[in-house]
Amino acid sequence: MNTDAFLDGNAAAGMLGELFAVEVTAAGAQCAHCGRVSVVAQARLYVDSPGVVGRCPSCEEVLFRMVRAPGRAWLDLRGVNYLEFALPEDG
Amino acid sequence: MGIISRGFSGRRRAHDENLPPGQYLTEGFPVLSAGPTPRIQLEEWEFTITTEAGDVHRWDWTAFRQLPADEFTVDLHCVTRWSKLGTSWEGVSLETLFADVDTAADYALVHSYGGYTTNLPVDDLLDGKAWVAYRYDGEELAPEHGGPARLLVPHLYLWKSAKWVRGIALSHSDEPGFWESAGYHNYGDPWREQRYWGD
Repeated sequence: MNTDAFLDGNAAAGMLGELFAVEVTAAGAQCAHCGRVSVVAQARLYVDSPGVVGRCPSCEEVLFRMVRAPGRAWLDLRGVNYLEFALPEDG
Repeated sequence: MGIISRGFSGRRRAHDENLPPGQYLTEGFPVLSAGPTPRIQLEEWEFTITTEAGDVHRWDWTAFRQLPADEFTVDLHCVTRWSKLGTSWEGVSLETLFADVDTAADYALVHSYGGYTTNLPVDDLLDGKAWVAYRYDGEELAPEHGGPARLLVPHLYLWKSAKWVRGIALSHSDEPGFWESAGYHNYGDPWREQRYWGD
């Protein structure tokens, strides 16, 4: 029997809901390639493409990919080390 | 009345037979790009095929252009729903490029200048089904359309026809490419409308 102390993912609903409810374009994103932190809104966005590609304003490597299909969407963030969100002080 | 109706519907059928489901015809040639357009000098250009054993077959531009070439006319089908019929190209077939390549690999991962990748089975590259093309409509291939040379695999959706192609890595395992890893179909047959994962 696994005795590791972990909860199922439902326990993250409150915190994840707090992050994903904010304006993501205002978040800071660290490029996994060059390490530069930029605001998502500063990404170079390529939209004439099968999906939407956001590239680092410093090194032009891919930060994120978004694909929209009928009833589904994918967000690939492997080019981002982390996102930093500003939240209210009392949060 | 019957004659006119048959003639009209006959033309429509002929037209629709060349158009996969969910596609519309375009007369232009839309430019799709997931990043900045690479500008590759011909003296720096190279194309490689790397086998699963690590053997590298390499062509510079001069050697590549000395290979026997085909002139061919094919239909293009983009997953963003436009199709362009009867496009004329010149290029070297992958059958020719693979002539001296000793491989038993089932899968290919195509790499482009600029970092784009796309994956497909090796079988879909052979038997005259795919080319590295360098002329379109009688002219040198423009950078926005993938020049100096792009892959063309016209029986699959156009995202498989990597622009600015620089090499193919062969493998026993299938590794998803740029769009295949983010929701687009792993194979991408327009006639079976394989647009997204699970289609």
